[in-house]
Amino acid sequence: MAVCVAVIAKENYPLYIRSVPTENELKFHYMVHTSLDVVDEKISAMGKALVDQRELYLGLLYPTEDYKVYGYVTNSRVKFVMVVDSSNTALRDNEIRSMFRKLHSSYTDVMCNPFYNPGDCIQSRAFDSMVTSMMIQVC
Amino acid sequence: MEAAAGGGCGSGPPLLLSEGEQQCYSELFARCAGAAAGGPGSGPPEAARAAPGAATAAAGPVADLFRASQLPAETLHQITELCGAKRVGYFGPTQFYVALKLIAAAQSGLPVRIESIQCELPLPRFMMSKTDGEIRFGNPAELHGTKMQIPYLITEKNTFKRMDDEDKQETQSPTMSPLASPPSSPPHYQRVPLSHGYSKLRSSTEQMHPAPYDARQPLVQPEGASTGGPGAKPPRHQTSLIRSFSVEREPQDNNSNYPDEPWRITEEQREYYVNQFRSLQPDPSSFISGSVAKNFFTKSKLSIPELSYIWELSDADCDGALTLPEFCAAFHLIVARKNGYPLPEGLPPTLQPEYLQAAFPKPKWECALFDSYSESMPANQQPRDLNRMEKLSIKDMADFPVPIQDVTGDDKQALKNTVDEVLPKDMSEDPATKSGLLPPPPALPPRPCPSQPEQASEAELHPQLNRAPSQAAESSPTKKDLPYSQPPSKPIRRKFRPENQATENQEPSTTVGGPASVAAAKPHPTVQKQSSKQKKAIQTAIRKNKEANAVLARLNSELQQQLKEVHQERIALENQLEQLRPVTVL
Repeated sequence: MAVCVAVIAKENYPLYIRSVPTENELKFHYMVHTSLDVVDEKISAMGKALVDQRELYLGLLYPTEDYKVYGYVTNSRVKFVMVVDSSNTALRDNEIRSMFRKLHSSYTDVMCNPFYNPGDCIQSRAFDSMVTSMMIQVC
Repeated sequence: MEAAAGGGCGSGPPLLLSEGEQQCYSELFARCAGAAAGGPGSGPPEAARAAPGAATAAAGPVADLFRASQLPAETLHQITELCGAKRVGYFGPTQFYVALKLIAAAQSGLPVRIESIQCELPLPRFMMSKTDGEIRFGNPAELHGTKMQIPYLITEKNTFKRMDDEDKQETQSPTMSPLASPPSSPPHYQRVPLSHGYSKLRSSTEQMHPAPYDARQPLVQPEGASTGGPGAKPPRHQTSLIRSFSVEREPQDNNSNYPDEPWRITEEQREYYVNQFRSLQPDPSSFISGSVAKNFFTKSKLSIPELSYIWELSDADCDGALTLPEFCAAFHLIVARKNGYPLPEGLPPTLQPEYLQAAFPKPKWECALFDSYSESMPANQQPRDLNRMEKLSIKDMADFPVPIQDVTGDDKQALKNTVDEVLPKDMSEDPATKSGLLPPPPALPPRPCPSQPEQASEAELHPQLNRAPSQAAESSPTKKDLPYSQPPSKPIRRKFRPENQATENQEPSTTVGGPASVAAAKPHPTVQKQSSKQKKAIQTAIRKNKEANAVLARLNSELQQQLKEVHQERIALENQLEQLRPVTVL
C-alpha cells in the first residue's frame, strides 16, 4: 500500500499528487521531486533504444530508511512515482507492478475523456477512487 | 382563510393561507411542537416563558426544519427575525406560519420580506438527507431523521389519489390564484412519502419525485401555463408530466424496479437523444468520437469539470467515444444537471448501456454497411448481416399488401422513393434540432413523427447502397447526395408506401421484433385478398434480393480493398513515427 502517489507530466510538473494525509506531506512532495532525477537518469540510460525495448516499470528508484520510491514511465514520458513504507515488507515487486499497471490504465481512461486537456491536473473521480484504493488506510 | 393566531401575539401582518397551506403548516407545527415533548427547546431562554407543549414549537425541531429547507443560514436568520419569533422568544403558530411562508418565498427566489408573503406562494420545500438518489420529502411529517426508501408502488397510488384530490380542491378554492395551485408550481418534485395525512394535502406538498421523465404522454399543461412561477425552476412541462406520471404510472410499473426516477429516460427523450445522435453521426451503431461529442456537449453551457464528470460516468468502456446508449446516458445526465439535479456518484442503473439497450431495443437503423470506414465495427453486426438477408426474404413473402404493379423495380427503388419523402423532412429537422440544442435541455423537443426514425433509417440504408460506387467516406453530407446519384435503377418512382411496407423492404435492425411484427400484423388481412399477385410479387422479390446480394457483395469487396489501403497507410505512418522517435527522446 502506497503512502504517496504522484503523476508527473512530461515536463516534470505534477499532474496529480496525493499522499496519506497524516504525515508531513511536504516531505513526500520533496521525495517525489528528487526521484524525478533518478527517473530521468534511468530513461536516458536507454540511450537511443526504441521505446518498446525500454521497460515501463523502472523499479526501485531509491530507498531511504523509512520509505522506498518506485517509478514507472509511460511511452509519452508521463511518470508515475509511488512512495511506499519500508516497514511494509509484504509488498513485493509484482504487486508494485500491478499497482502501476492499474495506475496506467486509469490514467489512459482519464486521457480518453475529451474534456480533459493533456497537461491539466487530473480531477477525475474514478482516478481518485482508484488511487484511494491503493493508498494505506490511515485513520 | 386566516391563520388561526393561536398564540394571539398579533405579530406580523394578517396571514392568508390557502387550505393546503393551512393543513401543511399545521402539520408542521404539530410536528415541531410534538417533538418538543412539552418542554422548552434549547432555544433562547425566553422560551421558558412559552406555554408548554401545545402552543409553541420548540426551537430545536424548528431549526432542523428550517435547515432542511436548504436555505442559506443568513436567510434563515432573517426569516426567524421577520416572523417575530426572536421578538417574542418562541415560535407560536403565527410566527411559525409566517416563517414557513417566508421560507416558501425564499425558495421561490423572492426576497425575504414581509411583503413577500402577501402574494400567493407555493409551499415550502424541505430536504431530507437522502439515502439514495433524489429522495426528497415534502411533508415534514417524515422530515426528521427518517431515511426511508419509498416503496415505489404505494407512492404512485398516493399521488394518483392526490392528484384527484387536488383537482377538486383546485376548483373549490376561489381564493387561490392559479399561481399557487400546486401543479403549476414547477419546483415541487419530490418523492412522495408513504402514508398519513397525505391524502388530505394538496399534492404540491408531496413534492413528487422528479419522475416526470417517466411520463409517457405529454399532457396538456393547464395550470402549468399559468405559472411563470416565482422561481422558474424545472420547466413547466415537467408539471404536466407529473400529472401524466401519476395517471400513467400504475400500468407502467412493470419495468420500474429502480427507485431513481430522474435517471430514467422516457420514450420522447430517447427519441430526441437518438435524433441528436444521428445529427452527429448518422450510423446509430457506430460511435461519436470524443472531439465531436465534446463540441456538442459544450454547447450545453455546463462547466468543463461537470462535463468531464458526466463523460466519465457515461463512457462506460472508457474508449473516448460514445455509442448510442452511452450518448443517451450522457445527454440525459446533462439535461438532468441543467434542470438542477446533482450529478450522481455513479452511473444509475437505468442509464447503464446494457439497460438502455435492453429497454429500448429498437435501433431501427442498424446497417452493417454503413460507415464502413469506422474500424471499430461492432461484432454483432456480423450476425445482423446474415439476419438481414433472411429476414428480408421472409418478410417479403409474408407481407405484401400492395398490388403488384407497385412492386416493380428494385427494393432499392422502394427505398429511394421513401428517401425522397424522408430526406426533406430529415434535413429540415436536423437544423432545427441542432439549433435547438441550447434551449432543449430543459424542454422536451418537438417530437418527430413516430414514423420518422424508420423512414430516416431507410434513408441511411439507401445512401449506403448508392454510395458504394461513389466511395464517399462521410456520412451526413453524402446523405444529401443520395437521391441524386442513383446506380442502376429504374426510373419508375413509386409513391411513398405506407410504413409497414417500407419496413419490410428495409434490412431490419438487430431486434427485428418491433417494427417487423407490427408490419407483419397489419398486412395480413390484405394479403389474403391478393394471393395470386403475391406469388408473383414473391418471385420478383426473390430476384430483387439476389440482385441486392450481388450489389452488396460487390460493395463489400470494394470496401475491403479500401480497408487494406488504409491499413497500409497506417503501417507506413507508424514506420515513419518509429524512425522519428529516437530523435525526440527526452
